[in-house]
Amino acid sequence: MGNIFKLAARNLMRYKRRTMLTSMLITLGVVAVLLFVSISGSFKSLMIGQITDSMLGHIQIHKKGYLASIDSLPLNRNLTEQQVKKVIEALAGEPDVEAYSMRIRLGAMFSNFTETTNVRLNAVVPKDEEATAPLLPNRIIEGEKDGLLNPGEILIPELIAKGMKVKVGDGIVLVANNKDGSVNGQTFMVRGILEGISGPGGRDGMIHIEDAKSLLRINGVEVSEIAIRLNDIDRLDSVFASLQNKLGGLKNQQGQPVFEIHTWESISPFFNIAEMIDLMTFFIKIMLVAIVLVSIMNVMIMAVFERINEIGTISAIGTLPGKILGLFVVEGFLMGVLGTALGTVISLVTIAIMNVTQISFDFGRQTGLLLSPTIGVADVVTIVAIVIAIAVLASLQPAWKASKMDPITALKHV
Amino acid sequence: MSLIVAEKLVKTYSSGDLEVKAIRGVDFVIEPASFVSFIGPSGSGKSTLLNMIGCLDPPTEGQLKVVGQDVTGLSRQDAARFRGEHIGFVFQDFNLIPVLTVFENVEYPLQMVQSWPKDERMKRVQEMLDAVGMGDQGHKYPSQISGGQKQRVAVARALVTNAKLVLADEPTANLDRETATMVIELMKKMRDEFKTTFVFSTHDPRIVDNVEITFELEDGILKRHEMAKGGAHG
Ligand SMILES: Nc1ncnc2c1ncn2[C@@H]1O[C@H](COP(=O)(O)OP(=O)(O)OP(=O)(O)O)[C@@H](O)[C@H]1O
Ligand SMILES: [Mg+2]
Repeated sequence: MGNIFKLAARNLMRYKRRTMLTSMLITLGVVAVLLFVSISGSFKSLMIGQITDSMLGHIQIHKKGYLASIDSLPLNRNLTEQQVKKVIEALAGEPDVEAYSMRIRLGAMFSNFTETTNVRLNAVVPKDEEATAPLLPNRIIEGEKDGLLNPGEILIPELIAKGMKVKVGDGIVLVANNKDGSVNGQTFMVRGILEGISGPGGRDGMIHIEDAKSLLRINGVEVSEIAIRLNDIDRLDSVFASLQNKLGGLKNQQGQPVFEIHTWESISPFFNIAEMIDLMTFFIKIMLVAIVLVSIMNVMIMAVFERINEIGTISAIGTLPGKILGLFVVEGFLMGVLGTALGTVISLVTIAIMNVTQISFDFGRQTGLLLSPTIGVADVVTIVAIVIAIAVLASLQPAWKASKMDPITALKHV
Repeated sequence: MSLIVAEKLVKTYSSGDLEVKAIRGVDFVIEPASFVSFIGPSGSGKSTLLNMIGCLDPPTEGQLKVVGQDVTGLSRQDAARFRGEHIGFVFQDFNLIPVLTVFENVEYPLQMVQSWPKDERMKRVQEMLDAVGMGDQGHKYPSQISGGQKQRVAVARALVTNAKLVLADEPTANLDRETATMVIELMKKMRDEFKTTFVFSTHDPRIVDNVEITFELEDGILKRHEMAKGGAHG
């Protein structure tokens, strides 16, 4: 076996430039794929993190039909005390659930005593909300971040702060209709200004859940939305399936399902972007495979053609067809290995450099996010294995042809 | 026991409707340690015959025994194995492997065809290089030596496995007169030393003058059978 490798290596060295060019092409492909996988992967997880951690949570539970009519923030589609209890029971049995936050979402009139506008509000238990959306305090661009907010305080969206010329510390009035149609008003102190982000609920203000209850005259428990955070986003599918299993099947007296459960993927439009990134990664991998296949096959077909006479010679003196096949396959293999090894080293070094130099980028309205590309061992191993396998596969056909050559015809070839 | 026995040997090439009868029924016997040549005009069937003896091409009809074995029905794989074990080849164009040194070229059959242990291999290769007078050129590549030297190396490669039979199709056609004579003398010396049978096909009168047995072919038929210095058969 060693001698086959020696001979194959010598033959590759015979056409140094050609071997280098082909290997470099493979190197280039490997670098492109590894860097793309690494950068897009970290961009994706950063993006997903931004979306889930500053607003959505990983999973949300509503009363059936709530999301379809979310634009009007219907109060008559809130979960009842009984239903909330069921959800809490279900969540208690999920070890992968890190935190959850009960929210009442409502629309109200916002008045600064001279002007009035509409505002959408998210009423929360601050401690739970912070645990469920840990990046939320980062969105407070003015005012105290610590503790999020207290009863009597409001975080107002950036746009309203600008449009209504309201500053931190100002007093405002919220007026809201409860679900029976009666109107109630309450004064609030502006605690902070909340940066708007793209995505559902990204431009809502925030008040304490107790204030929402008194404003809407809710007695007991009523919840529009339960946002859930997992300790590992990779467990999303399994937790979702389990919750779906526990809650999704529950029916009310009319035989209608009670709950609807959604992952962030079905709520946020950014999921499409994440999917697009995956699709692009897939196509880039296909391109790499094509590059390797075509370049190795091309070189090996040439190699066989150039060496017909030699193939005739070694075949005549008794080299078995299997060994001749091996000789050429090993050549392709070595070229694949050379290209991949180089490509992997270059990629890993580049990724390390990118981490050291701290490349920042903007996403939506967030600026200065740090890109810290990483790549998993599994990804590297998969790509290396694919490239080398394709290199072998690509040399198989020419090698097969060489091994099947008739020695007399081959020897006559000039 | 005779080394090669051919009976009513026929080789027909057919390409489409066209049939070429390259060998039309020949009988001959070659004894061990002979120095034999097949001569005849171009197209008379010399190469065809040598290819059949060398198990590179199966006969269409007839009997052919080489080293006591019937080789008429060998599969490709078995034929390759048989060649690797029993037959050495010397080619008109030397056909050394350019990426291997002289030493490695001679080593090739011991390593890639037969599997000799390293120590024995090294010893044997050096022995053969010494025998053909190339003992101090082992490190050179084929491109760095002359045609005559290449053919010596080729002879060493053919003999290194202790093959009992060496086939050489026009081995001197690409050599000048002096070198050709030297190569032929070398082969004769090898025959004497290792008791190997050499079978040539040639136009070259220098070989013809040197061989002991000559078969003349014409149009695929054996015309004449001639012994120079009283061989062991008749
Ligand atoms: N593969 C083949 N297909 C068809 N015909 C062939 C083939 N090989 C040889 N022949 C024919 O067989 C006959 C004998 O050819 P061969 O090569 O044995 O002659 P030769 O005596 O070696 O000639 P030369 O001295 O020119 O080498 C020729 O008529 C040749 O055209
Ligand atoms: Mg010929």
